[in-house]
Amino acid sequence: MTLTKLFATAALALGLASTAMAQDKTKVGFIYVGPIGDGGWTYEHNKGRLAVEEHFGDKVETVYQESVPEGADAERAITQMALQGADLIFTTSFGYMEPTLAVAGKFPNVKFEHATGFKTAPNLSTYSARFYEGRAVQGHIAGKMTKSNIVGYIASFPIPEVIRGINSAYIHAKKVNPDVEFKIIWAYTWFDPAKEADAATALIEQGADVILQHTDSTAPQAAAEKAGNVITFGQASDMGEYAPMPRVSSIIDNWAPYYIARTQAVMDGTWESVQTWDGIGPGMVGIGEISSAVPEDIKAEALALKDAIATGSYHPFTGPLKKQDGSDWLATGETADDGTLLGMNFYVEGIDSEIPN
Amino acid sequence: MDFGSINPVLLLASLMVAATPILLAALGELVVERTGVLNLGVEGMMIIGAICGFAVAVNTGSPVLGFVAAAGGGALLSLLFALLTQFALANQVASGLALTLFGLGLSALLGQGYVGIKPPPVDKLDIPLLSDIPFLGPVLFSHDLMVYFGLGLVAAVWAVLKYTRAGLVLRAVGENHDAAHALGYKVVRIRVLAILFGGACAGLGGAYISLIRVPQWTEGMTAGAGWIALALVVFASWKAGRVLLGAWIFGGVTVLQLNLQAAGIAIPVEYLSMSPYLITILVLIIMSADRSRAPASLGRIFHASQ
Repeated sequence: MTLTKLFATAALALGLASTAMAQDKTKVGFIYVGPIGDGGWTYEHNKGRLAVEEHFGDKVETVYQESVPEGADAERAITQMALQGADLIFTTSFGYMEPTLAVAGKFPNVKFEHATGFKTAPNLSTYSARFYEGRAVQGHIAGKMTKSNIVGYIASFPIPEVIRGINSAYIHAKKVNPDVEFKIIWAYTWFDPAKEADAATALIEQGADVILQHTDSTAPQAAAEKAGNVITFGQASDMGEYAPMPRVSSIIDNWAPYYIARTQAVMDGTWESVQTWDGIGPGMVGIGEISSAVPEDIKAEALALKDAIATGSYHPFTGPLKKQDGSDWLATGETADDGTLLGMNFYVEGIDSEIPN
Repeated sequence: MDFGSINPVLLLASLMVAATPILLAALGELVVERTGVLNLGVEGMMIIGAICGFAVAVNTGSPVLGFVAAAGGGALLSLLFALLTQFALANQVASGLALTLFGLGLSALLGQGYVGIKPPPVDKLDIPLLSDIPFLGPVLFSHDLMVYFGLGLVAAVWAVLKYTRAGLVLRAVGENHDAAHALGYKVVRIRVLAILFGGACAGLGGAYISLIRVPQWTEGMTAGAGWIALALVVFASWKAGRVLLGAWIFGGVTVLQLNLQAAGIAIPVEYLSMSPYLITILVLIIMSADRSRAPASLGRIFHASQ
């Protein structure tokens, strides 16, 4: 009897102690769409998570779940994380938008942050980076470097984020090379190395000598390297192991400062629902080193373009621009507003392809 | 719209490459299922093969040793399944699923130091004279060794199952393990050997992805190929020749749909993306309209005392 009592008391004390400890620590959760070793998108988000741990030390505890499918299963994963006592949860893929919104409704005291989406709630923020700014630089290099005038583009899902990237790259490639043509493959996956490699190979076999990718793995880089004489760009992460050829530059996502700031806000009790969309200027989008495979003059132009975008003196979507169907979109000198960009569901004039519905 | 930009020679050549991983894994699973064992761990064994093969190939500089290690790694993992299901008499479905989860996790752990490393290149065979034949040469006679190994394995599995005593015993175990046992055949031993063979084949299939098709190591890189191999075995009615056909159709349509997209063909992309699955299933269902069926003891647990 006494022994049971002793155990019960001990268990109770232990329970109280652990609750108290849990209150001391801010628990930050991350939901990833791919494995943390993908070398691209999820890899960079996880780097942000590690930066949070390093910055706050004992004051935070981070948890993460990787390779969570977009859709119904995501809701279960997010709910579970909220039930485990997370104070702040980052869901890091577009397809988590509805699940995150649903779970946010059920846990009003937990703060949620959804990457690349557009739906918010009092306890749900969105954050994204203006990757299209980096795409402009890539488009410029692609247009200058291509000899076959065919640029291959491995797209993932037909969402505004991806379409924006295609448009931005196309506009700037076309500007420096009027003969350039884009061949686009929709892979319908964020992460499937074998399929990404096949897609890159198909594009190369059809004459592309520049491959742009909006999928997360480094497989297209490997395929391009195997083919030889094809250039690529690192996506989401530097993918520097493929420099100087085929990878000639990259877009690097830098989430660490944002993750640290938002965790700090939760600790201070100053967290508010916001919509963050930062680009090259604030440092959320980085341009990886332009390798020696790019001639000096093209490199200088690309860097000048990058600086102009960073300072805000140039907007990648500046008129005159027409939509694919020939209708007017932006008048000369006019720049696109964020609303249109966030919901972008059309190609600009000149792209000979159709967006899947 | 420009069909002209699709080169049929390159297309057929990539078909062979795209089909090989699922072909190897499906052949292994076919033999396993023919002995009456359902191993759902193909995906796990493939990914273990992918990392074992990759790691050994990188460290030794020899892709051949890599493939040997991949077969070994896959077989080793399948040994776990064999212990669980043949000796501990655990449920095969649950053990198979567990094997997949375990394989995915273990491969991620093993592969931590190998992200971003390039494997030694695998030379194409380019058979002299034959590979110079126009059209047929590049399509049939200038692949890497594993493609031919896969084709050879199809023939071997088919011939062994159909014409040899060993194949007959193997099938007997799968159809009625009690009767086979009564005749004095070592049911458990035969099944364990088949499971090891299946593991080795799955491992080779995985290594083909990490060493030749992609070629690099990324976590979770098999991305469901094991499940497709499993489905292929069922739709191919447990026949080696049809597994080859199914793998070619699946690989072919996968590559073709990417090429059609790149060529800007005006078929909605959604249909193109699901076409490999649909067409493969359709063709194999039509073909399996004859009286072929699953091995009668498939998935049932055997113990000599029963």
